[in-house]
Amino acid sequence: MVAEMFPILLLLVVVMAMVAGMFVMTHMLGPRRPGDIKLSPYESGMEPVGEPRTRFSIRFYIIAMLFVLFDIEVVFFYPWAVVYKKLLSQGAFILIEMLVFIGLLFVGYMYAWKRGALEWE
Amino acid sequence: MAEAGYAFIDIAVLLVKIALVLGVNLLLLALMTLAERRVAGFMQDRYGPNRVGPEGLFQPIADGVKFLFKEDVIPSHVEKVLYILAPSLVLAPALLTFAVIPFGGTLSAFGREIQLQIANLNVGLLYIFALASLTVYGLVLGGWASNSKYPLLGGLRSSAQMISYEISMGLSVIGVLMIAGSLRLNDVVAQQNTLLFGVLPNWNVFLQPLGFLIFLIAAFAETNRLPFDLPEAEPELVGGYHTEYSSMKFAMFFMGEYVALITSSALITTLYFGGWDFPYVDESALGVWGVVLSVLAFSVKTGFFLFLYLWVRWTLPRFRFDQLMNLGWKVMLPLALLNVVLTGIVMYWVV
Amino acid sequence: MVTVLFAIFAIIAIASAVLVVAHKNPVYSAIFLIITFFCVAGFFFLLGAQFLGIVQIIVYAGAIMVLFLFVIMLLNLRREVRLPIGRPFQVVFGIAFVAVLVVQILFVIYQGFVSRPLPEGPTVPASLGSVEALGQALFTRYLFPFEVASVLLLAGIIGAIILGRKKLPKEF
Repeated sequence: MVAEMFPILLLLVVVMAMVAGMFVMTHMLGPRRPGDIKLSPYESGMEPVGEPRTRFSIRFYIIAMLFVLFDIEVVFFYPWAVVYKKLLSQGAFILIEMLVFIGLLFVGYMYAWKRGALEWE
Repeated sequence: MAEAGYAFIDIAVLLVKIALVLGVNLLLLALMTLAERRVAGFMQDRYGPNRVGPEGLFQPIADGVKFLFKEDVIPSHVEKVLYILAPSLVLAPALLTFAVIPFGGTLSAFGREIQLQIANLNVGLLYIFALASLTVYGLVLGGWASNSKYPLLGGLRSSAQMISYEISMGLSVIGVLMIAGSLRLNDVVAQQNTLLFGVLPNWNVFLQPLGFLIFLIAAFAETNRLPFDLPEAEPELVGGYHTEYSSMKFAMFFMGEYVALITSSALITTLYFGGWDFPYVDESALGVWGVVLSVLAFSVKTGFFLFLYLWVRWTLPRFRFDQLMNLGWKVMLPLALLNVVLTGIVMYWVV
Repeated sequence: MVTVLFAIFAIIAIASAVLVVAHKNPVYSAIFLIITFFCVAGFFFLLGAQFLGIVQIIVYAGAIMVLFLFVIMLLNLRREVRLPIGRPFQVVFGIAFVAVLVVQILFVIYQGFVSRPLPEGPTVPASLGSVEALGQALFTRYLFPFEVASVLLLAGIIGAIILGRKKLPKEF
């Protein structure tokens, strides 16, 4: 099992070295001519007004919450899909139990839809 | 115990494979930046860049050198550490994902069977999804660390878009996994290496047309390509999360995006178009030539999907943000669930 | 090699976990928490539980921490102001508590390591942590907990929406 992961570890080291190398190279090769205007935030030539980090719509937050929940639901599907064919030979229970799972998931989904949580603007 | 299985020759072979995959990925990436502009030129009845080298072939090299020699501006208002970290969080995971994709059959050399794939993991496909889900951090942190209005909005939008389509993407492949009974991409390819009804190649695209369509659309959204490229919507967001970036750090966002493009093309090929399978031919009977054929088949199929990305970019208009979120949550998600249920019921009948 | 990797992961995990609490900027705290989660995933890989390791990354690092970051940005948290250290009895109590905890941990380590060797663990088949084995167990023997989990997730969805429905001043 650890042996299976070893190539990934090696690849990770190579990729990290590569990315670090790119940073170092561009940092050393490029010229350096800083200026006040160059280093200020880009706002299409206007003077920046107000805080850049204003509060933003709560919708992003609701979407992120729903994403976490649905992501966990999806994770349950993977082991099920892998053993589905094998357990199907023992009867339909494997199908039925997932239909129950999807049914409950769908109730939550419809609730989210009806309460307008999926609406954007 | 387990790690004792690595002899010197294995590590050498592994290093060659890593060099090959990374090298080909970077080469393709360079070619894609050129192809993007040349194809755009062709479709809009004009020339693309054609001056550097024959047909502009050396243009990517010129671009690369230019990026390296540009001033590495770090604006005074940014969160420095995260600002530098963000582009690497886009590029590094993208370069890692190709590891589990088999790009050819099994080669016999040095007295051992060499799989043309860097790592054959038990969790195969999930490894790709896990890394892909990390790209969000590059975008959202890049936007936040820039400490400027356009990048913050762009970063938030693109991350909201990515997480919305991740669910549909994850659900759309369940059908394929049910048929293959494994998360290993080798098994997924091997299962497609037969004939369907004795006529068609047994590719998942024929068994899972709905799943394929959902996966394709989600892949476009995940790679932030048109018609889903809102984060880069120039007219409204001045470029989105990378507005405050320059030189190589700017290029790294794009490199990450193009590598993700290559990986997703390869993944679509592997999941739905038989991977390295050349239809109607038994590759394992042909020895070395079978391996060459398999790599060729894989490259051609992947190349086609890369072209599809360019083709779509210059054909379809951009979505509005609310349309995009509606499509993801209200159309793709229920369809992907339906696909799982249908596949389950049909398999219950057949088996 | 497994021991070396374990040590590396453990040191990074503890160091970044401390930084989660110690760092003043909440966004950096979130980043360090992600690193901690990665190290935990690394432990799962070392134990041969590939599926759990990858799920750890997908769910915790890939989903929950995105939500955390969104919340931090939604609330527009800036550098926190260091509050003055509390009343003297709080300080004394805190130090005493930490001392008890340290002694306890040292005692357990002494018990487990020094006085008697670790017992040999039961040999498990290498495929125990695979997706196949996990699916087999989850959808036959642990069927009921699986279905209960879906009810729990349903409750989560409803809760999330009710919390999110509270009217907030809209600024974008």
